[in-house]
Amino acid sequence: MKIHEFQGKQLFRQAGVPVLRGTACATPEQAEQAARELASPVVVVKSQIHAGGRGKGTVWADQAMSAKVLDGGVKLARSPEEARTLAGQLLGNWLQTKQTGGSAKRIHTVYIEDGCRIAKELYLSVLLDRAVGLPVVVASREGGMDIEEVAEHRPEAILKVHVEPHAGLGDWQARRLGYEMGLTPAQVASFVKTAKALVQCFLATDADMVEVNPLVITADDQCLALDAKMSFDDNALFRHPEISALLDPNEEDPAELEAKSHDMAFVKLDGNIGCMVNGAGLAMATMDAIALYGGELGAFPANFLDVGGGATAEKVTTAFKIILKDAAVEAILVNIFGGIMKCDTIATGVLTAVREVGLDRPLVVRLEGTRVEEGKKLIAESGLPVINADDLRDGCRKAAEAAAQYRAGKGLPPRPALPPVAPIAYVPPKARRAAAAGKPTVTAKARKAEKAKTRAIANPAAPAKAKAKRTLAAKRTVKRAATAARRAKPAAKPTARAAVKAAKRVLKSARRR
Amino acid sequence: MAVLVDKNTRLICQGITGKVGTFHSNGAVTYGTAFAGGVTPGKGGQTWTAENGKQFPVWNTVAEAVKQGGASASMIFVPPPGAADAICEAIDAGMPLIVCITEGIPVRDMYLVRKKLAGSKSRLVGPNCPGVITPGECKIGIMPGYIHQRGTTGIVSRSGTLTYEAVFQSTRCGLGQSTCIGIGGDPMKGTDFIDCLQMFQDDPETRQIIMIGEIGGDSEERACAFIRQHVTKPVVGFIAGTRAPKGKRMGHAGAIVSGNTGTAEAKLAAMRAAGVYIAESPATLGETLIKAVGR
Repeated sequence: MKIHEFQGKQLFRQAGVPVLRGTACATPEQAEQAARELASPVVVVKSQIHAGGRGKGTVWADQAMSAKVLDGGVKLARSPEEARTLAGQLLGNWLQTKQTGGSAKRIHTVYIEDGCRIAKELYLSVLLDRAVGLPVVVASREGGMDIEEVAEHRPEAILKVHVEPHAGLGDWQARRLGYEMGLTPAQVASFVKTAKALVQCFLATDADMVEVNPLVITADDQCLALDAKMSFDDNALFRHPEISALLDPNEEDPAELEAKSHDMAFVKLDGNIGCMVNGAGLAMATMDAIALYGGELGAFPANFLDVGGGATAEKVTTAFKIILKDAAVEAILVNIFGGIMKCDTIATGVLTAVREVGLDRPLVVRLEGTRVEEGKKLIAESGLPVINADDLRDGCRKAAEAAAQYRAGKGLPPRPALPPVAPIAYVPPKARRAAAAGKPTVTAKARKAEKAKTRAIANPAAPAKAKAKRTLAAKRTVKRAATAARRAKPAAKPTARAAVKAAKRVLKSARRR
Repeated sequence: MAVLVDKNTRLICQGITGKVGTFHSNGAVTYGTAFAGGVTPGKGGQTWTAENGKQFPVWNTVAEAVKQGGASASMIFVPPPGAADAICEAIDAGMPLIVCITEGIPVRDMYLVRKKLAGSKSRLVGPNCPGVITPGECKIGIMPGYIHQRGTTGIVSRSGTLTYEAVFQSTRCGLGQSTCIGIGGDPMKGTDFIDCLQMFQDDPETRQIIMIGEIGGDSEERACAFIRQHVTKPVVGFIAGTRAPKGKRMGHAGAIVSGNTGTAEAKLAAMRAAGVYIAESPATLGETLIKAVGR
C-alpha cells in the first residue's frame, strides 16, 4: 500500500525524522490560509499523487491530456495569493509524470510547505534486500536526481548497508555513510540521527520501502527530509489500523479495490481478453500466453486476476462481474488448475455468474485438476454457449479468435497485431551449452547410456523387450553358424567351428545383460 | 531415493484443528503419508479423527510432538499473524523439515525466522508455498496428489498452480517426478532454487529438472549462475510475467538493489546463458522436457 507525501511526513514527524512545516489542502482557499500561517517569504505548493517525478511533470486540464495547464506539479509561491492561484491551477487537474505510465493522475490535494535554504541534496532510502533477507539502507550524494540513472551510470555513487532489524541501524553504519558521502562532521552528526530515525520508522510501520529524495542538508548543517515516499507490506496491515486508514481510494482502481475486499488480486491491463485464473503464477503465465498465442489477432490480457486458492462459488461470481464491468473486454478466458479449488466449484461459480450477469461476450474455459470431469460435465450440460479448451495454448487461441469474431460482429475493425517479440522458447546448442557450462563435452557412449536409463524409467518394459530381441538374434546367429559348420568342407571346418564358438559367446552375453 | 521427503517421513500438522489444516491433513493421510498427528495449542490431549476413521493425537507443543510422536516434518496451516511464531516453535523443537503453507506472513516476522534458521538443524520450505511431494511416498501440502507419478523429474517452483501444470505434463509425457518442491512466492523464504538444484543434482533418481520462476527478485539469476557451475542434468525453465506491467508490484527503489535484474528478460537471458531449455508457455513444458532429455 502506498501513501501520499504529506501522510509520510506525518509518520516521519512522529518517528523524529526532521521535516518542514506544512499543511495538506483540498481547496485554493485552504492553500492561501495555510501559506499565510506559515508566514514565510517562499512556500512550496506540492501536488499529492502516488507517483514520483512530480516536479518535472505536466499538469493537464483533462484526463485525455489534450489541454496543458502548466509545467511541473511542484511550484514556488512568493505570497499567499500566489499560493492560492497555483493551488487553483493544480487542484482538480491531472498530473502526468515519468512514473504515471503514460496516463495522468488527478490532483485532489496539495501540500503547502515551508521553503528552506539548501546546501546539499542527498538520497536516502530503506527497503528489503531479498537476496540477503535483510533491510538495506541505500544512500547517495547524488540526491534530487533519478536514482535509477545514478545506479546505472555511476554505481560507485550508491552506498548500501544492511540493517539488523532487531538492533536498528548502528551509529557506526550511519557515520560511515555520512563520511563516504563527503559530509562535514557537523553534517554527519545530524545525518546519523536522521538515518537512524528513518530506519526506525521503516521497521515500526512494517514498511517495505521508504525513500527520501532529496534529503537535504540546510545552510546550517541540518538534515531535512524534503520528500517522503512510503509503501507498506500489505501482509502486515492487519496490525496497523492507523496505516490502513491512510489509504486514499482516489488513487486506487475501483475494480482493484473491489477485488481486494474479496481477497482477490486484480490488476487492470489495457487488452481485450478478460482472464480469471487461480494462483498468481498461473495468472501471470496466462497473461503471457494470451499475448504469445493470440498476439497475431491483437489479443492482449485486459487484466490479471488471481481468484486465490480457496475460492468459493460466490468469489468466482464476483470475479466474473468485475471482469464483465470492463467494456474493453471482448472475450473471457477462464484458466483453472484445480488443486485446493475443485473444478466443479469453479464451473458452478462460472455458470451462476453467467446466469446472473448475462453472458454478452464469448467465454472460453479451460479446466484441469481435481474433479475436472464433473466440472466439464456441468458446463456441457448447462446449455450455455461456453467454449471448451483442451489446454492453455488452445484456450488462448480460441479466446483470441472469439474476441476477433465478437469485434467483427460489432462492425469494429480488427485489432492490430502485437509487435513481434524475440522468441522465448530456447534449446541450447550442444557445443555452446557445454562450453557455457564449462563442462566436459558428453561422450557419445555416455549420452547413449543416459538415454537408455531415461528410456528405461519412462518405459519400464523397454529393456526386457530389447533383451529378448538381442537374445533371439544371437540364437539365430548360432544356429546359422552351426549349420554352416556342419556343411563346411573339412579344410574350412576349424574356422567355421570358431565362428560357432564366437556366436555362442555373443548369445551368452546377450542373456546375461 | 528422492529428496527432502520419503516414506519414512513422519509428518505432523501445526494448526490441525482448523478447517484448512483438517482438510489437508486428511489429504496427507489419504495419500499414504506417514502421519503422526498434529499440534494446536490448548487442544493437547484431544484426538483428531481422519476421514478414513483413523485417530491421531493432538499435542499442545511441537516439542511434545517430536518427543512423543517422533515427528520429522511439520506442515504449517497457522493463520498469518501466528505463522512466523509457529515456524520458530518448530525450529526450536529441532524439527528437520518445516513446510509453511500459510500465505501472507509479514516480512518483518520473517526476519526473526531467518535469524533462527541460521545455524539450526531445520530446513524451512515456504512460506506461501504448495508444499513438497515425493509421489507414492509422502505428500506434504495442498497439491492434488493424483496428478503425480513417480519418475525422474525434479520440479522446483515459486508458484503453486504452475507447479501443477509442470507435474501434469511431466506425468503425461511418461517421465514422472522424483520430488516436487514449491519454494513459495514470498520475497523471504526458507529454501531457494539453489538449495533445490543442489539436492536434485545429488539425487540419483532425478535425471532432469524443471525450474519455474517468475518476475521480481534475482533468485533465478543466482540459480542460473549455479546451474552453469554445478548442474550437469538437463534443466527446463519457465518464467512467468514476461507481459506484466512494470512497477506494479515492485517498489520503485527495489530496482536499485537488483540493478537490471528482476525483469523477465534478465531472467530469460540468464537461463539462456546457463544452457537451460526454455519453455515459451506452461503449455509447452512437456514438449520442452522431451527435447531436453533427448528422447
